[in-house]
Amino acid sequence: MKTVAKFEIKYLQYLDPDGKPVQKTLPKFAQDVNELVEMYKKMSFVRVFDAKAIALQRTGQLGTYASCLGHEAIHVGIGLAMIPEDVFCPMYREYGAQFERGVQPHEVLLFWGGDERGNNFSGPKHDFPWAVPIATQNHHATGAAFALKYQGKKAASVSVIGDGGTSQGDFYESLNCAGAWKLPTVFVIANNKWAISVPLEIQTACETLAQKAIAGGFEGIQVDGNDIIAMRDAMEKALDKARNGGGPTLIEALTYRLSDHTTADDARRYRKEEEVQENWAKEPLIRLRKYLESLGAWDDAKEEAWKAECAARVDEEVQKYKAAGKPPVESMFDHMFANMPEDLLKQREQAIEEAKHHG
Amino acid sequence: MAKVTLIEALTMAMAWEMKHDNSVVVLGEDVGVNGGVFRATAGLQEQFGKDRVIDTPLAEALIVGISIGMATQGLKPIAEIQFSGFIYPAFDQITNHAGRIRTRTRGRMHVPMVVRAPSGGGIHAPEHHSESNEALFAHTPGVRVVMPSSPKRAYGLLLASIRDPDPVIFLEPTRLYRMNKQEVEDNGEALPLDTCFVLREGTDVTLVSWGAMIHETLLAAQEMEKEGVSCEVIDLATVSPIDYETILDSVEKTGRLVIIHEAPKTAGLGAEIAAEVADQALFSLEAPIVRVTGYDTPMPLFKLEHDYMPSVARVLKGIRRVLED
Ligand SMILES: Cc1ncc(C[n+]2csc(CCOP(=O)(O)OP(=O)(O)O)c2C)c(N)n1
Ligand SMILES: [Mg+2]
Repeated sequence: MKTVAKFEIKYLQYLDPDGKPVQKTLPKFAQDVNELVEMYKKMSFVRVFDAKAIALQRTGQLGTYASCLGHEAIHVGIGLAMIPEDVFCPMYREYGAQFERGVQPHEVLLFWGGDERGNNFSGPKHDFPWAVPIATQNHHATGAAFALKYQGKKAASVSVIGDGGTSQGDFYESLNCAGAWKLPTVFVIANNKWAISVPLEIQTACETLAQKAIAGGFEGIQVDGNDIIAMRDAMEKALDKARNGGGPTLIEALTYRLSDHTTADDARRYRKEEEVQENWAKEPLIRLRKYLESLGAWDDAKEEAWKAECAARVDEEVQKYKAAGKPPVESMFDHMFANMPEDLLKQREQAIEEAKHHG
Repeated sequence: MAKVTLIEALTMAMAWEMKHDNSVVVLGEDVGVNGGVFRATAGLQEQFGKDRVIDTPLAEALIVGISIGMATQGLKPIAEIQFSGFIYPAFDQITNHAGRIRTRTRGRMHVPMVVRAPSGGGIHAPEHHSESNEALFAHTPGVRVVMPSSPKRAYGLLLASIRDPDPVIFLEPTRLYRMNKQEVEDNGEALPLDTCFVLREGTDVTLVSWGAMIHETLLAAQEMEKEGVSCEVIDLATVSPIDYETILDSVEKTGRLVIIHEAPKTAGLGAEIAAEVADQALFSLEAPIVRVTGYDTPMPLFKLEHDYMPSVARVLKGIRRVLED
């Protein structure tokens, strides 16, 4: 028998877990130490925000919250590579990417605080809100990419999905369509090894998730998702390709969910503490910090000062979140249709009346 | 006899049936080691092994589709959908296959499958975790839809659903999962499907409800009692097909009917029951039928969920309205 097709999957990493460069030259943006400091500061801010959100939930001031602990490099890397004209289709924990696009931290808190106003966030008005139904966002990204191409815009869409999400039909359908139509889109898989309690081996027998792109007829690569330099570089290249007619790319970003799935979950029930500890040694902040320290660009004093600044900013955001109060009851109705049907109008009146009496 | 919560009663029912019938398997997302996100399958994998308590890949169409495959070949799958708001990818399998295979094959094949899913609001859950979508399934020919409202009925109705030779969509009110405990004898005795349960006898007004709203309905009935109004409370339990006999008997006695459900009003089961009662018992009615329901809006995020869900006050208002005429 002759071989009619073969494939290989490339793996990209610039900084190893100890903060040592593993390649001779870094991408251009990473040759600028000030830029690297900024990237570190952004990841650090996300982590401070995340810890605060968990604390709010634990003290009954926030609903269930999906932490992004460990995913900071993937998220900030995506955010930095995108331009405002691109369309972002997140799942539910990509705050680091969204902050780069202008989403305000208090808006994230509103969403997890049970308030739809969080979905009407700042930043590009064409960006999608969080997609809790797994993998549905992949279709939106594919359709958005079609629209961008149709309208001749030099922009692309970006979707993020988890390792578990790659089991959904929606994921494969959108890869297939984006490949067939050569659409300007980047599919990111944030492979954090777990889908709630289900490890990756239960989702797939494949060695990589990047190779799922082969079935779509386009390139898939694996990236060290704890290395923000690799993540940003891979994203920039894929977006550049997409915006210039080169079609889609799939990026499997390898990381680890250092937190519980959400605050409603207790991961100790199903995974070993040693595994978590092993992965703390590979997490994204330490390696960049070590590299910056080796360049003399960061130290304990700077770390402390920056953390304090982050905490102050996060506190301001928490105040804004708390000040938002309860949305008016009629807001349930007011955004359903451009032209509200008669019966709905009656129901709206009824709801207002009920709220007055029984508040 | 142990006092158990509704969710513990479900676990007991599944364990009983798995012990006595090795064609029963449980499958879904996180049902294994984790025991389900609500812990409904807690301990089952330890007890019955990975072959019978199966963590599936994350895909609802897959979970229900393979359950149909299993069910047609001699197994009795109990599929768990993590929240009813995530059941939609499986809708194709439920409507086009589960509900039709017996009819399409003129009875040659059938689908003894249960699809369990938590449903309803009131637990401060994130977006898409609080939907009440029983009417969608009630509108699907060929499947039963069951919603328990107490630990005892959860136990007996789940056993009946597993043993039933046809597909059952078993919707579990999350708000009741841990609300009350009740003594439930773990004796493997099923309760009948396709019949209502009269939870409280009364003479002045008939209140029909199901799932979590039974809670508000019973509270409202107690409240009316203080005013000298006697309410009969009927738990639909099997919300499709509906046991009209019990409802019609009651309406003939009381002459007044209020239907209470958390799901949206339009094309809801309240409309269906009202139409049938109007058809069969119009001349027994002394007042127009009243519905107390959720609004025709998406289930709001939790800051407004209690404005959406019918409160005891709203149920009382509905009862007072039906008493006006
Ligand atoms: C269609 C659908 N099914 C089930 C769920 C419940 N659920 C929420 S997150 C999750 C696991 C997702 O895992 P993965 O895709 O790996 O993303 P991660 O949370 O690890 O980032 C599940 C099963 C859902 N949100 N949507
Ligand atoms: Mg995951």
